[in-house]
Amino acid sequence: MNRFSDFMLPPAKSTTAETTDALFHFINVTSLIFLVGITIAIIFFSWKYRRRSDEDVTPVISHNNKLEITWSVIPLILVMIVFGWGFTGYMNLITIPDDAYEVRVVAKSWLWEFHYETGFVSVNELHVPANRPVKLVMSSDDVIHSFFVPDYRVKMDVLPNRYTSLWFEVTEPGESIVYCAEYCGTAHSNMLATVFAHTQEDFDTWLETAGSADDDMDPVELGEQLVTRNACDTCHSTDGTRLQGPTFQGLWGSEREMEDGEIVVVDENYVRESILEPNARITKGYQPVMPSYAGTLNDRQIDAIIEYLKTLQ
Amino acid sequence: MATSEAKPTNKIQVRRYKPEEYPEKHYLNEETGIWAWMTTVDHKKIGLMYLASLAFFFFVGGMLALVLRTELLTPARSFMDADVYNQIFTLHGAIMVFFFLVPSVPAALGNFILPLQLGCKDVAFPRVNLASFYIYVIGAVFTLIAILTGGVDTGWTFYTPYSATTGGNVMMMTLGIFILGFSSILTGVNFITTIHKLRAPGMTWNKLPLNMWALYATSIIQVLATPVLAITLLLLTMERVLSIGIFDPALGGDPVLYQHFFWFYSHPAVYIMIVPGFGVISEVISTFSRKIIFGYWAIAISSLAIAFIGFLVWGHHMFTAGQSSLANMVFSFLTFLVGIPTGIKIFNWVATMYRGSIDMKTPMLYAQIFLFQFMIGGFTGIMLGALAVDIHLHDTYYVVAHFHYVMMGGMVMAFLAGLHYWWPKMFGKMYSEKWAKFSAIIIFIGFNMTFLPQFVMGSQGMPRRYFNYIDQFQSFHQFSTIGSYIIGIGFFIMFGYLLYSFFRGEKAAANPWGSRALEWQVSSPPPLHNFEHTPVIINGPYDYHKPMSEFQLGIASKHNGHHAGEKVDISTTVKDKA
Amino acid sequence: MAQTSVDIEHKTDHIQHHFVDSDQQFESSKLGMWIFLVTEILFFGGLFAAYIVYRAWYPELYLEASTELNAFWGTVNTAVLIGSSLTVAMAIRSAQLNQIKGLIYNLYITIGLAIIFMVIKFFEYAEKLEKGIAPGAYYTYDGLEHEKANIFFSIYYMMTGLHGLHVVIGIGLMVWLVIKAKKKVFHSGYYTPVEITGLYWHLVDVIWIFLFPLLYLID
Repeated sequence: MNRFSDFMLPPAKSTTAETTDALFHFINVTSLIFLVGITIAIIFFSWKYRRRSDEDVTPVISHNNKLEITWSVIPLILVMIVFGWGFTGYMNLITIPDDAYEVRVVAKSWLWEFHYETGFVSVNELHVPANRPVKLVMSSDDVIHSFFVPDYRVKMDVLPNRYTSLWFEVTEPGESIVYCAEYCGTAHSNMLATVFAHTQEDFDTWLETAGSADDDMDPVELGEQLVTRNACDTCHSTDGTRLQGPTFQGLWGSEREMEDGEIVVVDENYVRESILEPNARITKGYQPVMPSYAGTLNDRQIDAIIEYLKTLQ
Repeated sequence: MATSEAKPTNKIQVRRYKPEEYPEKHYLNEETGIWAWMTTVDHKKIGLMYLASLAFFFFVGGMLALVLRTELLTPARSFMDADVYNQIFTLHGAIMVFFFLVPSVPAALGNFILPLQLGCKDVAFPRVNLASFYIYVIGAVFTLIAILTGGVDTGWTFYTPYSATTGGNVMMMTLGIFILGFSSILTGVNFITTIHKLRAPGMTWNKLPLNMWALYATSIIQVLATPVLAITLLLLTMERVLSIGIFDPALGGDPVLYQHFFWFYSHPAVYIMIVPGFGVISEVISTFSRKIIFGYWAIAISSLAIAFIGFLVWGHHMFTAGQSSLANMVFSFLTFLVGIPTGIKIFNWVATMYRGSIDMKTPMLYAQIFLFQFMIGGFTGIMLGALAVDIHLHDTYYVVAHFHYVMMGGMVMAFLAGLHYWWPKMFGKMYSEKWAKFSAIIIFIGFNMTFLPQFVMGSQGMPRRYFNYIDQFQSFHQFSTIGSYIIGIGFFIMFGYLLYSFFRGEKAAANPWGSRALEWQVSSPPPLHNFEHTPVIINGPYDYHKPMSEFQLGIASKHNGHHAGEKVDISTTVKDKA
Repeated sequence: MAQTSVDIEHKTDHIQHHFVDSDQQFESSKLGMWIFLVTEILFFGGLFAAYIVYRAWYPELYLEASTELNAFWGTVNTAVLIGSSLTVAMAIRSAQLNQIKGLIYNLYITIGLAIIFMVIKFFEYAEKLEKGIAPGAYYTYDGLEHEKANIFFSIYYMMTGLHGLHVVIGIGLMVWLVIKAKKKVFHSGYYTPVEITGLYWHLVDVIWIFLFPLLYLID
């Protein structure tokens, strides 16, 4: 069973995963029994009652009410068990414990922002304490996304006009992958994030130092880190490849033609505007799809990114 | 009661009409020429025109699928951009669902077979029938324009707000499908009316072939659900043209409302696609077991039950969309209920085979493949109906595999069973039994290779509609891709032997399978107006214990005004025409 | 002109080849039309559902926004449509009695009433568009406080617009009937197109009878 389970399902890392998995296996096993039984019956009948001559006479068996009732009621009982089980599991999934640690999630095409109580914002990296319920309050800036962590067996759509929430309690420290499960456009399949579950102490330490570690870093190095951390590289390559946005290579100081025909030199002001108001001026040939980083990146960080861009010639 | 007994019973004289073998004149060689075909109101020719269009769309949709699978051989970009990939999976879905699956059995096979099984000369509104074919063509043209002018990358579900804001020509596409909906509606209206009013004398409701019950249930869904899709797509079109804002949150609208609207049609639409398949399977299993169908009423009523409950389960597509837990509970509960009548059907079919005289011809082979694959589709449907598990599996490859098992593993197999079953009737030619079985097995192997690994991937968390994926899934994806090529080979072989049969095939007898059903009591191919006589029905369509001569009766005199399904009382003994 | 009733009873050239007799053809057409009307109801049903959902969410929006609609002209239009339903019924009656002239006159009156309905609708629309009450994103009117007023008018335009389209189609159908009637196609033994167009017209009327109070008479 364990081997089968490992093959079919990702490791179970949350407190609620167990119920889901148990039900998953129950349905699999029951279905398999029925499937094998009926398939054997079909094959056996096909062989046993194969046509021997064109004059074969078959018996007149038009119906049998007892049989009809049997094969209606037994499946009915089974599916009612499945329904009850599934519903109980679901109620646990949506009943959020009061003492849950809250993180605010904002989805944008195509990145995840995580806002913590300290005001710190991480992109595509969610840090949570293990062995403690965590509640995510989520909303989207543009289209519908869906927050999905297979290891925790949780998923919830993230909508543009309202808040949705989900919770989980991670059983031990470790990393898990986050997918966007609702199709959201070009880079839908790149909209991944990672959950880092820490022990409570580690988490507290991380939260205290998060963001402040940047202070004494070299601007170019910091800029490089920020580009990765904020998922800029999902759409902007650094090696000249064309993705959803223009590549960063050779960008600095070059002249660009905009959608309206205006020629712009890529300087500090243009980069700054592009980060804070990305859709104000769009390079010709690209779609206005970049989300704004206003409120996510501060001035020092924008400066660092500019310094980094200067090095990519 | 007393009054009806007081009325004199309507006695009619009948005699036997044996079908003419290898007729010289039939519907295919009377009224030939392109123009005669284009303007024909003959249900058989319209059925064939649908069949040709469907084959075209199935080919296009299938090739798109192979392109998608090829791109997925590697985790990152293989040979196309993400935008192209997104457009292709959208087209694959939209073409297969709206242009192939929805019209497959009802419009193509159904049009051909419905009047023949009812014993009438045509559907109730032949001109409307032709019109609905052209509406289908116009819808297809709109879609083609959409593809050529920017493409569509919304997924076949057109979820707002993405579909309201993305580039491309979404408006043309939704208009195309809006138009297509009317084709579906008119076919439904036509079928319901025909089944009610044009049945041959003696064909009472309890003698109606199960295929007719299935088409009846399907038509009801078509008539009730399609208008809602039409209005939804019209609203979406207006959303793009006038920015009316009903679904667009940027203008104060609600995107989840769109999902409700969309699934209110699209879930019943799943039953529009699968229920006619049930009808075909009932016919095939009974014919090739040469045995009376087991549980006639159970199968007939379960089709109607599925049609009815099918309207109440649309919310199970939105378990993770943030609807209330009460709504989720109700929808989950009803979803399980719809599984019961489906199970009943399967048990009845297997019971029909018990002590039959089973002839493993190609249609029967497809019917059994259908049973196996459809069961897997059904069981995984139970899995997805269970709330807690669905939270994990929603929008993953598990769902993709599930509906391909139902739609392709189930419905397409039923369609192929029907196509091979009625092929001799359509063209008066037999196909190579050997090659047909060979390609059926190839398709069976390829199909399971393609989609079984997707269940595992989905359970492991691989989301659907992903252009890139993490390396862990690569071997599954590659296995799946190889499977899809094998399916392609299977269909290629099928195309070959059917084409050969069409031009050079051996001539088919009027009733090559020894069936009791009415459509086999006319010559192959049938005459232009189906029946030269007015058929009279005294036995059920699956009464294999009664002699064939009792299934070939018609009114002896030329014409004397009979009404649909009226009870008949035969006054003279049956005389053999020969 | 002097056809006896016996002659009429025996006219059979209208029966299509696949029907046994005139009755079967008539009954089939009627059933088909009824089923089609069901699809029409569901078609509008989608819009009514949108209406209900938004009304449940923002009841005050409906109270406020409906004041912009002119109940007087709405009432006039309701009367006009009900009148046209009456004349279409009289047209069917004339056909049954083999009074072809009466049939044509009644159809003319119905067409006239339908055109009056559309003209009034045109002025209603024009007056609103002038004020800036346009659907969705084009809404520029500032006489209403509610932030979702644009959505109310989107629903209003969709519902009345689609209904108006049905009226126009109805006018087309009735013009076609007049042409056919003038060619002496109809008689008491065959008036199916008149009957089913009548059914369609009653539906158009009934939908308006729902739209009118739901949109105009909320207060």
